[in-house]
Amino acid sequence: MYARLPDTPRDVVAVTIDGEPFDARAGDTVAAALLASGRLATRTTPISGAPRGPFCMMGVCFDCLVTVDDVPNQQACLVTVVPGTRIRTQHGNVALAPSPGVEG
Amino acid sequence: MSARIHDVAVIGVGPAGLAAATVTASLGLSTIAFDESPSPGGAIYRALTTTPVRRPEVLGPDYWRGGNLVRAFQAAGAEYLPATSVWAVARRDDGAFDVGVTGGRPAARVAETFAARALVIATGTLERPFPVPGWTLPGVVTAGGVQALLKSAALVPEGRVVFAGAGPLLWQVAWQCLNARARIDLVLETIPRGRLAEAMRHAPGFMFSGYLARGLELVRAVRRRTRVVEHVEALEAQGEGRVERVRYALDGTWHEVAADALVLSHGVVPNLHLAAALGCEIAWNPTQASFEPVVDAWGGTTIGNVFVAGDGAGVAGVEAAIARGRLAALAAANALGRIDAARRDADAESPRRAVTHGLRGRAFLDALYRPADAFRRPDGDTLACRCEEVTAREVRAAVRAGATDADALKVATRCGMGPCQGRFCALTACEIVAHERGVSPADVGHPRVRFPVRPVTLAEGASWSATPAAERTEERDPR
Repeated sequence: MYARLPDTPRDVVAVTIDGEPFDARAGDTVAAALLASGRLATRTTPISGAPRGPFCMMGVCFDCLVTVDDVPNQQACLVTVVPGTRIRTQHGNVALAPSPGVEG
Repeated sequence: MSARIHDVAVIGVGPAGLAAATVTASLGLSTIAFDESPSPGGAIYRALTTTPVRRPEVLGPDYWRGGNLVRAFQAAGAEYLPATSVWAVARRDDGAFDVGVTGGRPAARVAETFAARALVIATGTLERPFPVPGWTLPGVVTAGGVQALLKSAALVPEGRVVFAGAGPLLWQVAWQCLNARARIDLVLETIPRGRLAEAMRHAPGFMFSGYLARGLELVRAVRRRTRVVEHVEALEAQGEGRVERVRYALDGTWHEVAADALVLSHGVVPNLHLAAALGCEIAWNPTQASFEPVVDAWGGTTIGNVFVAGDGAGVAGVEAAIARGRLAALAAANALGRIDAARRDADAESPRRAVTHGLRGRAFLDALYRPADAFRRPDGDTLACRCEEVTAREVRAAVRAGATDADALKVATRCGMGPCQGRFCALTACEIVAHERGVSPADVGHPRVRFPVRPVTLAEGASWSATPAAERTEERDPR
């Protein structure tokens, strides 16, 4: 489990995790919000179904993959929460979501 | 085409990238900097401008010193795209480089292509793999990960916390957690017996380095406040669905402690995927037991106008990283005709001295903290490849069946084919292959790395264009 230091006031950012409301803090990554909510395991692997959670927190291990705003396989440690961010833990292989709009 | 081409693209704004972009922008070169984090600083100065950790003594003076570097970067006028990942780079017909990036919210990702005449790759390091049984259990995290949570979110592990490994990062993170009044039950140090005596031949340089006093202070402060067990030979995390116990071997006897968190660190190794995918020559560094891009004294790679600066070109610490960022910037400015060789060389004198100073004592640290063989070359059911769940035993069996290099190993076992693209298994795989063949990892070589260097959607991939998004660039920066 993870605890927030007491002397670090920050604005509350209301998000949902697996449909439940959670008060994250401004500047939290999705991974930080998940850990602060008491979830160490944030997905199961597509291969053996083993539980995994955030490991490196810097975008290289890809173990913190979750669904953010209905887009699967997002690196939770690289996405910052905003009010209303919808976070879902992932189980095994996830269906491909509709392609997000891409400019370029 | 009227497409705008930047003079310099800097990839990664940790110490080296901040320093490089500051120099190139100050010299009047149009500079664009990309970084995956939402704020500048890299891992070492992560969240420096945004951290909720207000008591300065928690993160310590070495952290806050980064403020000068960040302010200089912000004042220098480089264009800066935070929360942006580089996924492809290609050389164009005119000799410049197309740089494919992606960023934005998950449901509104934007992929763009920029162009630059020179590249400074400053992607720093990633945590050295620490393959032990149970290292994929939830609750097992890297020391760098714990540090990132503390700096960016003021979160610390709670419950029964065990740190394990060796090296400056392990002690620094333990010290910062204790400063934050977090609990640490036990530190398991993995330096083999006799290693200190071996490393002592490098002690003279270390005695006159900045590491000694600072390092001893940290280690002493942690030892005063928590139990430390030295010379741990083997380690294992166990639990149902999450880490619940840590087992460790000392002098051949196993011990067990209850744990809610296991924090691992065997130091850091160069994050070289981008340079490798570009085709820069990669070599084995036997002293640091890691691969690194081959660079000259300026950070110049084996590809013209591509520079690698900072710890991404071999771990040398923050002081050297800043200096190597400046050197790469000066060399790029000279290569682009902005400054002559005399000016480059004159401006290089100060950073060269800083590199020399920063490297003092490094040989001692490298020798002392090189992880024991058993931690670099696992066996049995230990996962070598976290993504594809390939065990060390399967890797060894594949080598015996004829997969004698890391690329053949990928085909035979899928080791390195998962979403991390080998970042957390390439070193382990090479070490195991080398061990099985009785050769050096230098003879095995780093596995081939191809673009895209991070997973992208088909739509993002389709946005890749041979010519840069000039109009969009001008919208962003109407200079």
